[in-house]
Amino acid sequence: MQSTSHLFKDNVARALVDPNLQQALVHVRTKFIDKRQDAINALPEFEALRDAARDLKNHVLSRLDQYLVQFEENVARHGGQVHWAQTPAEARQTILEICRRANARTVTKGKTMVGEEIGINDHLAANGIEPIETDLGEYIIQLRGETPSHVIAPAVHLTKAQVEETFRKVHTELDPARNLEEPETLLNEARHRLRGRFIVADVGITGANFLIADSGTTTIVTNEGNGDLTQTLPRIHIVLAGIEKIVPSIKDAGLLLRVLARSATGQEMSAYTTFSTGPRRPGDLDGPDEFHVVLLDNGRSKLLGTEFEEMLRCIRCGACLNHCPIYHAVGGHAYGWVYAGPIGAITTPALIGIENATPLPEASSLCGRCESVCPVRIPIPKMLRHWREEAFERRLTGTCARWALALWAALATRPALYRLATGVGARVLRLLAGRRGRFATLPFASAWTKHRDLPAPQGRTFMAQYRSRK
Amino acid sequence: MTSARDRILGAIRNNLAAGGRQAEAYPGSGPEPQRAKLPPAGQRALFLRMASQAAATTDVATARAEIPALIAAYLKNHNLPAQIRVAPDPRLTGLDWTSQPLLEVSSGGTDGSHPVSVTGAFSAVAETGTLALTSGAPSPTLLNFLPENHIVVLDAKDLSGSYEDLWAKLKAQYGAEMPRTLNLVTGPSRSGDIEQTILMGAHGPKRLHIILLDEQT
Repeated sequence: MQSTSHLFKDNVARALVDPNLQQALVHVRTKFIDKRQDAINALPEFEALRDAARDLKNHVLSRLDQYLVQFEENVARHGGQVHWAQTPAEARQTILEICRRANARTVTKGKTMVGEEIGINDHLAANGIEPIETDLGEYIIQLRGETPSHVIAPAVHLTKAQVEETFRKVHTELDPARNLEEPETLLNEARHRLRGRFIVADVGITGANFLIADSGTTTIVTNEGNGDLTQTLPRIHIVLAGIEKIVPSIKDAGLLLRVLARSATGQEMSAYTTFSTGPRRPGDLDGPDEFHVVLLDNGRSKLLGTEFEEMLRCIRCGACLNHCPIYHAVGGHAYGWVYAGPIGAITTPALIGIENATPLPEASSLCGRCESVCPVRIPIPKMLRHWREEAFERRLTGTCARWALALWAALATRPALYRLATGVGARVLRLLAGRRGRFATLPFASAWTKHRDLPAPQGRTFMAQYRSRK
Repeated sequence: MTSARDRILGAIRNNLAAGGRQAEAYPGSGPEPQRAKLPPAGQRALFLRMASQAAATTDVATARAEIPALIAAYLKNHNLPAQIRVAPDPRLTGLDWTSQPLLEVSSGGTDGSHPVSVTGAFSAVAETGTLALTSGAPSPTLLNFLPENHIVVLDAKDLSGSYEDLWAKLKAQYGAEMPRTLNLVTGPSRSGDIEQTILMGAHGPKRLHIILLDEQT
């Protein structure tokens, strides 16, 4: 997928004045947060499970090579095949070859973020194979030529009215005067149209929430059941997954399942959790004849053993997006690449290079809500700071910001000078503000004061007050 | 040129070593929730409660012979066609369906033309009200997904309290192998993709009805 992460500021400027987006984002701020909290209140062991989930993922990452080899052996033992891809191009090529060998004309797809990462849809389409997204949200955005704006709710940036408009435009075989007022009608229309596509597809591609090493099993979690139709009806099932998705055994998948749905949608469990081990077996009345797993590295391995390793614990629940004040304000597309929100702000620089995503680690107030809700306790604010440091060291940060930081550093490391400057500054600002007590405009800070007033200092500095009261 | 496999595994090993990363011992799979640790009667009550919370409907049969009548009544109450596709499982096909003369019964897999399926269950998990369905000759996977209405007969003796119990049952039944497909099903199909409002019946069944066969009560 092409990135516009380097244009974050332009993306944000557009997002903030997009009335549909702003209307749609209200649902993120309200529904997700309350439901998650209710689910967690109902499970006293939740915090202990988060610790255990963190420790389990750390264990796996420290032995990732061994678990991947074990997984590969067990997939083969059940008649499936593992394909390794170091780059998106290798993954695309592998999938295209499998589809070509099967003379595939259409490919149904369950939701896969790694699929977005490697741009599989465009690649298949360019080679004459039609990819069909089947998750309702993914289907809607595919019709609109958009990308997902949220890891578990890909169409969260759209209002119902926009979905209706899209269906009327694309589903031209239906009565143009039909009533699409009720959301159920939209759902049924998509269900009906996609059912036929499921039946005729030659290949089904899904992602994976977990890869289970000791049995060679892949796992998907969905609410719609689209992933199951995608992987059961066609002759060939291709699973596309990042190498970090490994767990040792099914009981470890069980641990992560206990924190996944609760963190994501606030459900105890998503409606469908499906474990797949190899192709159809003798006597089976359904299931695919071929079972392929494509393992993608794409820069993940180089994070191991570094200060960025912990982001590989991510189980893609979306809780950090749902709780982020920046995401609430600008939505997912502003981040400019596959992964949005706080996890996107640390993952995107890792996968496409900090030089191509310099503004993303700055897109945070470091409030820490993301870390406080992360089911595997990824220290996202710490990593945002690591990326800021790296951007600074590599001179990717803008000249103005570098000068301002240098000035700040000069002051902050000289306490006497700092107190003198802040003391004078506080008094001057208070005098200038007069009775109003705040500034509507300030030189050098117009971008800030354009949207809000700056309150003037109300008295002496903290240090001055502290000394006088001691 | 080395294979992608060797390059990836090599990069993993090199980076772990370069970072001084020691292999960590296996830390276990976390605590088993207290709520699931119940005697059998409590498990049954918890299962029924959690399944309802996930928008499944439930019935309890006290004898296997009651099942055909319960199914006929369910279909009538929901204005559904009296037409069922029964999984080719002798425990289901062997029921006395002739007791329901208005019910059209066929057995086998499905191509999507059947409005109602009736299947068994390998087990279920009381902790979250979740059914555990395994694939095999008597239990084709598509019966769980293509029909608009899915009726599941669950023997109370097969119920698990927690996921830990379910994994142990799987191991006892399948050994080191896994069935080709294990479906954990918690309520009917749904989507929240339009303005985060939950709607039932996205691609899988719109209705999930569970008949708990409890011959002890």
